[in-house]
Amino acid sequence: MARTLLDKVWDAHSVRTLPSGQTQLLIGLHLIHEVTTPQAFQMLKDAKLKVRMPERTFATLDHIIPTTDQTRPYKDPLAEEMAVHMIRNAKDFGVPLFDMATGKQGIVHVIGPELGLSQPGMTIACGDSHTSTHGAVGAIAFGIGTTQVRDVLATQCLAMAKPKLRQVRVDGALAKGVYAKDVILWIINQLGVKGGVGFAYEYAGSVIERMTMEERLTVCNMSIEGGARCGYVSPDQTTIDYVRGRPYAPQGAAFDRAVTWWKGVATEPGAEFDDVKRLDGGAIEPVVTWGINPGMSLGVSQRIPKPESASEADRSTFREALAHMGFQSDQPIKGAKIDVAFVGSCTNGRLSDLRAAAEVAKKGKVAKHVRALIVPGSQQVEKAAEAEGLHEIFTAAGFEWRKAGCSMCLGMNPDVLVGREMSASSSNRNFIGRQGSPTGRTLLMSPAMVAAAAISGAVADVREILK
Amino acid sequence: MSPTDYTRRQVTGRGIPVPGNDIDTDRIIPARFLKEVTFESMGEHAFEDARKQNPEHPFNSPVYKGASVLVVGQNFGCGSSREHAPQALMRWGIRAIVGGSFGEIFFGNCVMLGIPCLTVSQADLEWLQREIGKAPQTPVNVDVDKQEVRFGDRTIKAAVPEGARKQLVGGTWDSTAVLLDAGTAIEATAKKLPYVTGF
Repeated sequence: MARTLLDKVWDAHSVRTLPSGQTQLLIGLHLIHEVTTPQAFQMLKDAKLKVRMPERTFATLDHIIPTTDQTRPYKDPLAEEMAVHMIRNAKDFGVPLFDMATGKQGIVHVIGPELGLSQPGMTIACGDSHTSTHGAVGAIAFGIGTTQVRDVLATQCLAMAKPKLRQVRVDGALAKGVYAKDVILWIINQLGVKGGVGFAYEYAGSVIERMTMEERLTVCNMSIEGGARCGYVSPDQTTIDYVRGRPYAPQGAAFDRAVTWWKGVATEPGAEFDDVKRLDGGAIEPVVTWGINPGMSLGVSQRIPKPESASEADRSTFREALAHMGFQSDQPIKGAKIDVAFVGSCTNGRLSDLRAAAEVAKKGKVAKHVRALIVPGSQQVEKAAEAEGLHEIFTAAGFEWRKAGCSMCLGMNPDVLVGREMSASSSNRNFIGRQGSPTGRTLLMSPAMVAAAAISGAVADVREILK
Repeated sequence: MSPTDYTRRQVTGRGIPVPGNDIDTDRIIPARFLKEVTFESMGEHAFEDARKQNPEHPFNSPVYKGASVLVVGQNFGCGSSREHAPQALMRWGIRAIVGGSFGEIFFGNCVMLGIPCLTVSQADLEWLQREIGKAPQTPVNVDVDKQEVRFGDRTIKAAVPEGARKQLVGGTWDSTAVLLDAGTAIEATAKKLPYVTGF
């Protein structure tokens, strides 16, 4: 019987069936960062345990670091303490750390694929929900909590039940001005923020097949926003070409042997899924969220819907969203005034994202009332962008060019919204308070749409600017 | 239950309803409170911003002080994987959660802390939230083993996925010891993977 990548990777990593009926699943790559690990390392110390496979564990600093002045000690003593813990724990437990001095530091979900650490056929875990990102290279990648981080550190394993598998097919062709971000926002819009609960998502169809690896990383990144436990794209030639030559990828003859194995773990034609959903890529327009979860979104030419359009159980959340955002039903989203523009994050902080934003930034200047930040996802992205002169395009247009980090995605570092500021953001969550101000407001969109909003001072249709 | 008794067959305590769907972990504990290297202070920040913005928030109400069974809507705990969210609820006093559905990472984190999360139908959760509001002193009995929730003279059908149910009822939810039991089978599995051996 034809098998899926999930079946094959699951079986290859299964250590045993636990008394609970769950699988003891070996984790091939464990990525860690400063926010969700200090307690896990303390639990390890308390239990006098070592890191089981330090050579399969890699650390970075991303969530709490400032993106302006990165001199230590950091101005925020709490951030400094977290950095100190990460550095000390990495040293004490023999785990390699990509700190600023390595030139390889960055957001954990940007550097994993970038360094070739994340490879097809692997199981990957990280104490961060956006670990689903790594599924783009054909891995099964799980976001986990701190006590599970302890488990992976101590045993290199997780106790898990195998999720069901849904294939999400996007066929057709995307219009100009429509990006991977719009595709995943539209998938979440159509399948719902809880539609994926209990499922892993396999993304397929001609739109996904034609995507570059960076675009696939954006799609898989937000699987969690659709409720799915993980998301992946079965490996193909795009995957192989992307991994080739990366520092931690197999080299020479080993690479050729790896390719054979990677092709062997891919989903086979005729494989069956627990569910299949189909979307028409040609029908997708640039998407903007209007509410307080990533499923509350609409095409940029549309008007904000009425609460009656939601199911009865969802209507109170719908009304809460309108009140929080200060929006009215029937109001067009286009023209909604913004105060802040943010391009960056593990969703959209890669070189191709910065290129797309720069393309738009060339067409104008940041509106006077807008504070606009461009934050590369890693030091390597920063360097590559500067080599192309993207930073000059941005600064000439009035955007701030920052250093690598999670920045304004999550409100754990100095980059935060103030008061009720409205942010056009290329990040992944528009939850109340997400960007650091309890009353702050977030509109999620693609990097090109963020740049369009920055120069227009309000939500704009990037297709009109790119004409 | 004694501190050394890890079995979670039943939890009985007063209820606290927090209505609304898609309540994310940023809402349960805003990110600025994650800048801590321990979980100790998390309890005092549970729902902090939501409580400040809404004086009527159930976590502000003296009526629900001492409650231990949280009753929520759909997709509770979606979003960020931060274990700080269930840690905050646990340290506030929550011992079990009943809801329509749960974010999967949140659910897994709760299991790791020995907090059962049971799902019930939309109609039943609305009923339970309403009835707890009317009689907040009446205990809610959460039966993990039988997958039932009892309140007053009514018993509601509830569900927990089988693996989690066995972990909770059997007291094996603190999984490190269980996983360590596999011994060298862990390394043996790793050695069969070509990417571990260098292809």
